Amino acid sequence: MATSTEVVAQHSLQHHFANMEQQRESSTLGMWIFLVTEILFFGGLFTAYVVYRSMYPDVWEMGSTHMEFWPGTINTIVLLCSSLTVALSVRAAAMGAQKTTALLLLVTVLMGFGFCGIKAYEYHHHWVEGTIPGNLWHYNVAENPDGTHSVPPHELQLFFFLYFVMTGLHALHVIIGMCILSTIAFFAWKGKYTPEYHNPVHISGLYWHFVDLVWIFLYPLLYLIANKHV
Amino acid sequence: MSEHILPKRMYLLVWAALMGLMVLTAVLSRVPMGREVNTIIALIIAAIKATLVLLFFMHLKYESYKLSAVVFVAGFFWLLIFFGLTLTDYLSRHAFGAPH
Amino acid sequence: MATAAALPTERQNYLNSNYGWKSWLLTTDHKRIAILYLISITFMFFIGGFFATMIRLELLTPAGDLMTSDTYNKMFSMHGIVMVFFFLIPSIPATLGNFFIPMMIGAKDLAFPRLNLLSWYIYIVSAGLMIYVILTGGVDTGWTFYPPFSTTYSNSNVVLAGIAVFINGFSSILTGLNFIVTTHRMRAPGLTWNRLPLFVWSHYATSVIQVLGTPVVAITVALVAIERLWHVGIFDPKVGGDPVLFQHLFWFYSHPAVYIMILPSMAVMSEVVTCFSRKRIFGYHFVALASIAIAVLGFLVWAHHLFVAGISAYAALVFSLLSYFVAVPSAIKVFNWTATMYKGQISYATPMLYAFGFIGLFTMGGMTGLFLASLGIDVHVTDTYFVIAHFHFIMVGGAVMAYLSGIHFWWPKMTGKMYPEGWGKVAAGLVFIGFNLTFLPQFVLGYMGMPRRYHAYSGEFQVLNVLSTAGASILAIGYLLPLVYLLWSLRYGKDAGPNPWNAIGLEWMTSSPPPTHNFDETPVVTWEAYEYDHAPQEVPVGN
Repeated sequence: MATSTEVVAQHSLQHHFANMEQQRESSTLGMWIFLVTEILFFGGLFTAYVVYRSMYPDVWEMGSTHMEFWPGTINTIVLLCSSLTVALSVRAAAMGAQKTTALLLLVTVLMGFGFCGIKAYEYHHHWVEGTIPGNLWHYNVAENPDGTHSVPPHELQLFFFLYFVMTGLHALHVIIGMCILSTIAFFAWKGKYTPEYHNPVHISGLYWHFVDLVWIFLYPLLYLIANKHV
Repeated sequence: MSEHILPKRMYLLVWAALMGLMVLTAVLSRVPMGREVNTIIALIIAAIKATLVLLFFMHLKYESYKLSAVVFVAGFFWLLIFFGLTLTDYLSRHAFGAPH
Repeated sequence: MATAAALPTERQNYLNSNYGWKSWLLTTDHKRIAILYLISITFMFFIGGFFATMIRLELLTPAGDLMTSDTYNKMFSMHGIVMVFFFLIPSIPATLGNFFIPMMIGAKDLAFPRLNLLSWYIYIVSAGLMIYVILTGGVDTGWTFYPPFSTTYSNSNVVLAGIAVFINGFSSILTGLNFIVTTHRMRAPGLTWNRLPLFVWSHYATSVIQVLGTPVVAITVALVAIERLWHVGIFDPKVGGDPVLFQHLFWFYSHPAVYIMILPSMAVMSEVVTCFSRKRIFGYHFVALASIAIAVLGFLVWAHHLFVAGISAYAALVFSLLSYFVAVPSAIKVFNWTATMYKGQISYATPMLYAFGFIGLFTMGGMTGLFLASLGIDVHVTDTYFVIAHFHFIMVGGAVMAYLSGIHFWWPKMTGKMYPEGWGKVAAGLVFIGFNLTFLPQFVLGYMGMPRRYHAYSGEFQVLNVLSTAGASILAIGYLLPLVYLLWSLRYGKDAGPNPWNAIGLEWMTSSPPPTHNFDETPVVTWEAYEYDHAPQEVPVGN
């Protein structure tokens, strides 16, 4: 006689897999390979960043002074905390505590909203400042530390272009992650997962952690270049 | 189930370490040590943070199936190749007395 | 009815298990998805072929009399975009790979069947978008989308074409991801890596390139589209940007993309050459590892496309040297196929004829690639017809020949029907003759200095151009013939039986067409690949 957990396990086993372990390892490996494509996807932008920063180190420092320290830092804190809640939600799923999983994921999604809100505040700040590259650019007079004024170098647009594309693409990933985690939270609340079958929670968690990883590098590369005072 | 269930304490410890490193990198960025040194230190700290997330939050340390780790490291390595070979061009544009 | 009762009931297979458009459009069976891909890419192939025809017709005379230079720009751009992104990249992996990788490793399906279907839908969306671009005026940037022309000066629909290429990339990524996981996790008991057919090895290497390279080209064309839409200028020298950076990013994918096209062709070669030589492959491990070596080294050579673009002399030196290295594993493969044929029981069936063509033409394409890797010659022939001839030897003489070889080889398995062997041989001959007549003169033209991408040329080049156009006409017939007789064979072809070639491999051990789950029970593998020593020494058909 099959026990009830075995029945559940068989129910969630797709027909072309021999057993649950094969299915679990396949989907985990698939997710890791997907994350590698994400590394290279962001990698094109990071390469552009490395090239232009090596060409215009002074401009990069100047650009970094336009990044506000606290919003960036708070967002880093928010993402690191959200990584913790996701990790704990996967742990809860592995233990069979599905309501806990759902709640922790919900907290994560809320932190995702917080992140996006702060990001939007920063974007608005750049809008007001006039540092949107392209036709909207109207940051044409820069104030120097000694109080004099000068024309900012036009390469500053490159810095801001990369800033917007990199953080924008990252924010897009945050939003996609929020959608995925909400779905998973819904199914967890409905009781779809078991200690034997919770790999969707696990691999969605991997995705969220990856989004966090990207930010771990974006934060020092964009916000912490210049030695200015808080 | 072959998956490990790790104690909650471990997750909290890793999280605390991440927060500590974040404070460290923010503070050190204010200490003028020269542009290159500051950048290198910031990147080293970011790499440590990333490794912590990968090993503990993403379970690479506990995954019974090691291929995932190989795959991810290979992808990161590929990014470094991408940087490196692109920079052979940009860092040597003005070498050999070539015109500017 | 008596006659109906007398017929044996038809065996249930993947084609007759259920009917209706839903059973195809919502299928997750890798074999049906392969057929969907086959139909779609064949359609795109003939669209691309139409543009090629237009190019060759224009070049019949030195004057630009058939179309304006603007139209001509669009013709070669869309020929390139359609052929590269919508035919060659998916060609063998998405059809033959999709169909046979699970069968060769004794699996019921790929690891992610729904992802596989999704990849086809992504392909269809991007192809639909591309066709829309073509119908609404096309693009004129060349398939390479170089800025600043693509970002600032072109008046054609670069953004939509870029989006089509961007979307198409994800279809390629998903196929690669699926193959990697499938190869790792779905192999039948006993099928170790050392017993794996080289077809699977080669596709594995291809998939690695797809996964590592494609995201970069996706983000790169996205950057071009953003720059064009909002005039923000990441590649624009006016704000300090570097147009050469685009070329770095673009060729980081697009050079390895050549190996996405040729590695699956090599995959087909290893299967066909062994079967029709009745021999074990010579140096199995070298061929297998050469695939991986090509995938790795292929990533280290991209800047040889940039030798005259303004990269540093030092970088040019490094990339020139690295480019020579990639010839080594390619040469290993060619030597090993020839060594496999040595003293083999060779039979001259259609797939083998294409294989002969492949080996000769690929060798020439590869050798002229060495010319281009060497700095001095490259500077002389950059952007001439020499380059055109070189990469058509690889992509048409190599990849398309192998694709046709594979289609003929596995047609009996995919459809259960034999194609007409006589016509097959005629078509193979026409393709070979037509191809050489088209592209051999272009080597000479290039060396004489005829530049690519112009609709008019100086009168001294006319004789060779007429030869080339004549060859292209023969080539066109060579491509249309298989389309006709393969379709004909679906209805009138002889029944193939499970193994018409007496070939070795798990895919031949099940019925043709295969049942939905490929095997009635999961096979257990206790032998190495290509054990033709123990197989009948004759190929029953095709001699």
